Amino acid sequence: MASFAAAPSFLVRAAMAQGTAPSIDRPILIAIFQRGAADGISVVPPFGDRNYARARPQIAVQAPSREGAETAIDLDGFFGLHPSLSPLKSIYDEGHFAVVHAVGSPDNTRSHFDAQDYMEAGAPGNKSLADGWLNRYLQGTPKTDSTAFRAIALDSKMPRTLMGSAPALALSKIQDFDVRGGNPRQGASSDLYSAFEAMWRNSTFDAIKMLKSANPQRFQPENGARYPNGQFGQSLLQVSQLIKAEVGLEVGFLDIGGWDTHANQQGQLNQRLREYGEGLSAFYHDLGDRMRNVVVLTMTEFGRTIKQNGSGGTDHGHASALFVMGGPVKGGKVYGKWPGLAPEQLFEGRDLALTTDFRDVFSEVLKKHMRAADTARVFPGWQPGQTLGII
Amino acid sequence: MRDKTIRPIVLVLLPLLLVTATASPAPARISEDQKITHVLNRLGFGARPGDVERVQKIGIEAYIEEQLRPERISDSRAEDKVGDLNSLTMSRSKLLEQFPDPQQLARRLGIRNPNQNTGAIDPNADPAVEQQKQVKARAQLQQYMMENKLQRPPQLLQQLISNRVIRGVYSERQLQEVMTDFWFNHFNVFWDKGADRWLTTDYEINVIRPHTMGKFKDLLLATAQSPAMLFYLDNHLSSTPSPAVEQFRKRANPNNKQRMPGINENYARELMELHTLGVDGGYTQKDVTEVARALTGWTIDQPRMNGSFVFRPQMHDRGEKTVLGHRIPPNGGIQDGLRVIEILADHPSTARFISTKLVRRFVSDNPPPALVDKVAATYKRTDGDIREMLRTIFYSDEFMSSENYGQKMKSPFEYVVSSIRALGGDTGGNQQIGRMIGQMGQPLYQYQAPTGFPDRTDFWMSDGALIARLNFAVTLTSGRISDTRISLNGFKDAQAAALFLGSPDFQKR
Repeated sequence: MASFAAAPSFLVRAAMAQGTAPSIDRPILIAIFQRGAADGISVVPPFGDRNYARARPQIAVQAPSREGAETAIDLDGFFGLHPSLSPLKSIYDEGHFAVVHAVGSPDNTRSHFDAQDYMEAGAPGNKSLADGWLNRYLQGTPKTDSTAFRAIALDSKMPRTLMGSAPALALSKIQDFDVRGGNPRQGASSDLYSAFEAMWRNSTFDAIKMLKSANPQRFQPENGARYPNGQFGQSLLQVSQLIKAEVGLEVGFLDIGGWDTHANQQGQLNQRLREYGEGLSAFYHDLGDRMRNVVVLTMTEFGRTIKQNGSGGTDHGHASALFVMGGPVKGGKVYGKWPGLAPEQLFEGRDLALTTDFRDVFSEVLKKHMRAADTARVFPGWQPGQTLGII
Repeated sequence: MRDKTIRPIVLVLLPLLLVTATASPAPARISEDQKITHVLNRLGFGARPGDVERVQKIGIEAYIEEQLRPERISDSRAEDKVGDLNSLTMSRSKLLEQFPDPQQLARRLGIRNPNQNTGAIDPNADPAVEQQKQVKARAQLQQYMMENKLQRPPQLLQQLISNRVIRGVYSERQLQEVMTDFWFNHFNVFWDKGADRWLTTDYEINVIRPHTMGKFKDLLLATAQSPAMLFYLDNHLSSTPSPAVEQFRKRANPNNKQRMPGINENYARELMELHTLGVDGGYTQKDVTEVARALTGWTIDQPRMNGSFVFRPQMHDRGEKTVLGHRIPPNGGIQDGLRVIEILADHPSTARFISTKLVRRFVSDNPPPALVDKVAATYKRTDGDIREMLRTIFYSDEFMSSENYGQKMKSPFEYVVSSIRALGGDTGGNQQIGRMIGQMGQPLYQYQAPTGFPDRTDFWMSDGALIARLNFAVTLTSGRISDTRISLNGFKDAQAAALFLGSPDFQKR
C-alpha cells in the first residue's frame, strides 16, 4: 500500500472500496443524453392542441387514426407517441413508461454547447462547476461496497455528467477494457500483465479481472429482445450485460446524437426515433424482471421552434420532452403542465414554454429511486419546485 | 530517473523504489541530476536521448534562458516535419476553399443533398428511393471533391493534432510548445462548434503561438479580436438592440428572419471569469452586462467566408459604461472594448489568477501561495510580461524543491509525446496517435467547455485512462503505430520498454 503515496487519489479510494460483494438489489439509474436538441413536439406530439397542426402544416405528426400507419400513437387523447416509437407503447400501457413534457432548462441559451454543458453540470447558467451532476450524486452517497463498475459511461472519454472526484469508468467497448499485447488479437503476455499489475497494485487490475471473470459478454439478449444495429443499441446491450453480470453497476450514461433537425426533419426523425425506440424497448424487455431496480432517464439540451422553418425542419427552441422508464416508474402517463401552443403562450414568441425544470425530474429520480438523502449539492443554487410523483 | 543509463536498474527496482521513496524523509533540495531531469520535464516534454548530456554541458541556467527565447533557436527539423501539413500556412479563405463544408458544397453544386432539401416535402416519398438518392448524392459529391483535390474538414483537426505531436516530439523550442498548450487551453475554443472548424487553425498559428511569451495584454487582445473566439463565445452576435441595427441587418441580408439578438453576455462573462480575473476576482453581474455592452460591435466580417475581426459601429452600444469602477464615456466606439481589455489586464485579480495557473502548470497542483505572490508581483512590475513571470517561477526555490519533483501527472498529450521522445522515436503524429490521446481522456481541440481541460491529477486518471495509457505503451513499443518508430536502445526488449513507459513513475513529470 505504500506505493499509493505516488498513485492518484482515485486509486486509493477505489482500492479501499474493494472487498465486499455489491448488493444485488441496489437501484440502478441509466441516463441517456439525446445530443443535438430533440424536437419534443414530434417525439410526443400534442395532437390535441389545435395550434400544433397550424404551426406545422407539412411536418406535424398526424393525429391518430385507424387507417394510416404514419400517425401518432394515442397516449391519452391529447398527446401521442411518434409512430416510429411504437415499440414503447406496450411499456406505456404496462405502466412503466412515462413522459414529461414541456421540460428543460430555464436558461434561455439556444447554443447546443452551452445548454448541454448546463444540463450535464446540473446548473443552468453556471459555468464554474468542474464536475457533473451524476458525479456529485456519487460523491454525496459513498457506498462501502462499491466496485470500479459503480458508474460507467459507454464512451471513450468521460462525459461532463460523470466528471468529478468520484470514481467513474469510461469504456466504449467491454472488450477494450483489457491490457493488450503487441498483437491486438491476443491479450498481453502474462509476464507483461503481471508486471504491470505488480507495478500498479491498484483496483484497475481488479476491475479487469472482475470483468473477465464476470464475462458480461456471455449474456445474450433475452425475452426475444433485439437491439438495433449501431452504437446506441450496442451500448445499451453492453449496459444490460453489465447489469446481468452483477459487477456493481449503479449509474450508467450513454448518448445518442443526430437530433439537430434543421432541414427535412421527418425522414431524419423517422430513422432516429426508430433506432431510439427499438433500443429502449429491447433494453426493457431484455432485462425483464431485473427492470424492477432500473430507471432509464432521458434528456436533451433544449427543444425546437414550434413553427417549421423554410426547409421542412425546425430551429433551436426551448422546452422539450423526456422519458422515464423502468420498474419503479409510475408510467402510463404524460406528466407536466401543458403550456399551450398559441402564439401568446410561446416562450419568446417562438418556442415551447417550460413548465417543468429538468432538475425537478432528476432530483425526484435521485431521491425516490436512488435514495439520495439530499440533492442540494447535486444541483447547487437551485430550490426544488414541484414533485411530479413519477417514481 | 529518465536518464537512459539507469533505466534497466529502474525497471528491476521499480516496485521497491516506490515503497522506499515514500518511507525515507526527502531532502529539501534536489540533486543536480534531478534538476536536469526536472527542467527537461517541466519546460518541455521530457528528455530525448542526449538531452541530459547536453544540459549537463551548457548548464541548467543556460538551458532555461535558451528556452525563454524560442525565436533565437533554430528549429529546422520540426519545421521540415510539419511541412506536409498544408492547412497550417493557408489563408483563412483558401482554407475554406480547400476544406469545404460538404453540405454547403453540395448545395452550391446543386447536388441534391437530402439533409439540405429546401424544396417542397413529399410525404409519400418512398424510403427506398430516398435512400438511393442519398447514396447517389454522396457518390457525386465524393467524386467532385476527389477531382478537385478537396479535403474534408476533419482533416483540419487532424493536421492541428499532428502539428502539436510532431512539434512536441521534435521541436528544440520545447517551452514554446508547452506554452502553446497552456495558452490554448487557457483561452480554449471548441473545434467542433460550427465555424470554429475553419477558424481554429488561424487561432492557434496566428493568435496563440506568436504571443506565448510576450505581454499578457497583447495575447488577451489578440484572442478578443480573433474570429475563433468571437464565434465560440458568441460575441459576434452581440448587438445593441436598436432600429438602426435592424435596418442594417435587413440591408445586409433581406432574407434574414431571425430575431434581433440584443446583447450576448457569453464572452463578457468568460473574459472575466476564465481569461482574466477568475471567478472570485471581484466582478458583479452588472460588470458582465457593462463589459458585454462595451464589446458590442466586436464581430466577424462575413463569418461564412471565414472572415476577420471587424468593428461594426451600427451594432455598438454608444452609451456610457462603468466597468469595475472605471467610467467609460459615451461614444467611444471600438475604444470601449480596448479600454475594457486594458482595465482587465491591469487588474490585480488578473495578475493573481494568471500567476496561480502558471504555478499550477509548472510547479504543483497546489500552488504554493508565496510563489504565487512573487509571480503576481512580477506581473505588476513588468506590465504582465509572461517571460518574466516564467523566469520568476523557474528560478524559485519552490520550483526546484524535492516536494514538487516528479509529482505532476502528465496529461495524455504530455504522456504520449514524452514516451516517443524517451525512446528516441520518429513520428508523423497520425490519426492513430490522436485517437489514443483521446481515449486517454484528452481529445485535443475538442474540449467543449470554455474552461479548457482541468490541470489536475484526478482529472487525468481513471481506470479506463490507465488502461488506455498501458495499451499505448504496449502499442508504441511493439511498433504498431504505423508512422511511428522507436529505438529500444538500453532496453532488454520491447516488453521492458513498455513496462518503463507504463510505470507509475513515467506517468509523472
